[in-house]
Amino acid sequence: MNKIFEKGGKLYWLHSTVDAFETFLHVPGTVTLKGSHVRDSIDLKRLLILVVIAAAPAALFGMWNVGYQHGLAMGQTGVHILEYFWFGFLKVLPLYLVSYIVGLAIEFASSQIRGEEVSEGYLVSGFFIPLIVPVDIPLWMLALAVSFAVIFGKEVFGGTGMNIWNPALLTRAFLFFSYPNYMSGSECWIAFKKGETAVADAFTGATPLALDGPAQYGTGFWDLFIGTVPGSVGETSVIAILLGAFLLLWTGIASWKIMCGSIAGALLVGWIGNIAGITDIPFYMQLLYGGFAFGTVFMATDPVTSCQTECGKWIYGVLIGMLCITVRLFNPGYAEGMMLAILLMNTFAPLIDHCVTSVHISRRLKKLNAA
Amino acid sequence: MSENIVLKKGLDIPISGCASLHVSKSMIPALVAVQPDGIKGLLPRLLVKEGDRVLCGSPVIADKKKPDILLCAPASGTVKEVVRGEKRKLLAVLIETDAAQEYARIDTSNVKTALLQSGLWTLFTQRPYGVLADPAITPKAIFVSAFHTAPLAADLEFTLGDQVQAIQKGIDALGEIAPVHVSINGALKNSAFSSLTGCTVHRFKGKHPAGNVGVQISHISPIIKGDTVWTITLNGVAAVGRLMSSGRVDVRRKVAVCGPAALQPSYVETLPGTPVKDFAPFYGNSADEVRIISGDVLSGVSVGLNGYLGWNDDQLTIIHEGYDKELLGWIRPLRFNQFSSDRSYFSWLLPGKKYDMSTNLHGGPRPFLMNENYYTKVLPMDIYPVFLAKACLAGDIEKMEKFGIYEVLPEDLALCEFVDPSKCYIQDMIERGIDLMIKEMA
Repeated sequence: MNKIFEKGGKLYWLHSTVDAFETFLHVPGTVTLKGSHVRDSIDLKRLLILVVIAAAPAALFGMWNVGYQHGLAMGQTGVHILEYFWFGFLKVLPLYLVSYIVGLAIEFASSQIRGEEVSEGYLVSGFFIPLIVPVDIPLWMLALAVSFAVIFGKEVFGGTGMNIWNPALLTRAFLFFSYPNYMSGSECWIAFKKGETAVADAFTGATPLALDGPAQYGTGFWDLFIGTVPGSVGETSVIAILLGAFLLLWTGIASWKIMCGSIAGALLVGWIGNIAGITDIPFYMQLLYGGFAFGTVFMATDPVTSCQTECGKWIYGVLIGMLCITVRLFNPGYAEGMMLAILLMNTFAPLIDHCVTSVHISRRLKKLNAA
Repeated sequence: MSENIVLKKGLDIPISGCASLHVSKSMIPALVAVQPDGIKGLLPRLLVKEGDRVLCGSPVIADKKKPDILLCAPASGTVKEVVRGEKRKLLAVLIETDAAQEYARIDTSNVKTALLQSGLWTLFTQRPYGVLADPAITPKAIFVSAFHTAPLAADLEFTLGDQVQAIQKGIDALGEIAPVHVSINGALKNSAFSSLTGCTVHRFKGKHPAGNVGVQISHISPIIKGDTVWTITLNGVAAVGRLMSSGRVDVRRKVAVCGPAALQPSYVETLPGTPVKDFAPFYGNSADEVRIISGDVLSGVSVGLNGYLGWNDDQLTIIHEGYDKELLGWIRPLRFNQFSSDRSYFSWLLPGKKYDMSTNLHGGPRPFLMNENYYTKVLPMDIYPVFLAKACLAGDIEKMEKFGIYEVLPEDLALCEFVDPSKCYIQDMIERGIDLMIKEMA
């Protein structure tokens, strides 16, 4: 690095930024100082870019779906892959620009204040945020929400690796509680051009969750599985999310225990809802609705905010699934429970870990004293 | 014969440059160093001055607090120089060796006094904390690992296979102090050491760190608060055996000179304290571009060109310094020449491949991000490494105790440090935690 960026140099205030770009371009020539003289080639950049790659199918499909839903609302028919994708891409691109520019600016500034290298953590959060918000959200709102989430959800705790809540979900929660009009109802999930309104007869843009039962438009099993329904950009296509899930599980970045736990918990409560007569949505359909799949695969498995211990991951996963469906069944005002379920369990993850490690410690002591 | 204890967790790092099984050189170096620095807990007091004559086995350094504990000359000769560092810290005593060795006579009628008098006492490591053994304590047991699993480590079947008698003699002597446990390699059908008597023989099978004595202890008889155990290397046991049968100090050993940067890696029979420069044929002209490690690549000490082989080491690893930058390296999909145990690389497709590893960190230091199971997959012990490391960072004695600080030495968590994508110095964290424990518990 050039001398002027080093401590005491004129441009030291840019130190973290320059360093970030430099390490982005190269694997740095840093050598080990002590301890293990050789190191595995894996680093956080590699791990986190894989998460982004895993989420890419969901994002690409989501962009096409933005166009497709717009087309439906305008009364068009047909698939029009490129045309719809381009429409969606232009709609989603500003969300990405805002998410990354605002988030990274805060990240760079706080890294500089702490005198650390810029961490890669926001690479992933910034990629997820546009995927879990309504596509027509005003950009200033998004900017405000991102600032809130990054500063109060992450930097005040010490940056990547130290946060309690998932920053992407915190962004969404901020929007949801501050601007509920933009986050619920039937209009917000479809992108419109200025001045447009839905023209198709009997068209409703509500997500399937906000509808009463599966009988209506576009809520059949395959529609939901493929994802040709309204919703947040990245959450609709279960099949695209599954592709990402395979990559995450194969590389071991995401925990299969959390995913399986979450699915099991959701099925259990959905089934109880069925036999108790609370809902007539078949319990397996709950896995396809709304943000459940996206949350289970990409949000609940965030290694920083989930449980650290293996046993804790089961508890954490199951509770997320159960809470999500419970919210859906008992809160008709806001039908999407995944965000709240994960944020709540993020809060309790350290407590679960504490319990699991306490049990581990007392079991170990018993074993050691017996030996 | 006891059954195999099979350890499923672990990792054998496929680094190139394994020493071929022949002794390419056998020497008494012209200069040999006695180094108090590598022995944790020793407060050195100098007993000789420049120009003094010493015999092989005569005392050179004593401990200030426990004057019975001595460091002795590994060869006879004349004291050439006393090397001191900052604040006059005693770093090494250099002895110019004689062509014909003269030995100090050690009385072997009492094992403990013989070991103390001969300086071989310092071969013991006391756990918890990995410090110099206290002669006033009788340990619960003495543990010996009869095989190495560390990357490129010396093959003890080769280096000590012909010393079984001396080892047996050593074990008999150690047995007078405390019960001895020897762990042998369960992967071998007929290990040279399986016939040892007077001790409990355990068989361990698995990847590194199955050969680490700390891991073996945690499976044989885990250390709890208040326990004290001692460990000694197999080379140490052989030296004790030779002392007992001849009354002479003889710490010569076969040292594996290895590593991706070593030219024709092979074994050298020499003394601890041999200057690195005596190994010059192995690094040739590339002296400026290599790191020379006394010990293995995971937890050895970088000694530099002016350093010396460590007191307990039977391995000298030579690797390239990895100052090269790699353009967009982290995002390149293949990188077949880089080893990673993570599935995001393709090393798993090439199981037999050996890698020319350098000292490059392959990333920047970050806070811990991955979960416990990312680290426990290479740690066959019943502990949570990240919780323990964080307790050490926080200096929380109570938590450190609960998460098992008594059971570990930094070397046991070396693989966790190797695989860590956050590039933390986990061994250093544990080391600081142990130092804090020693300070607070004293």
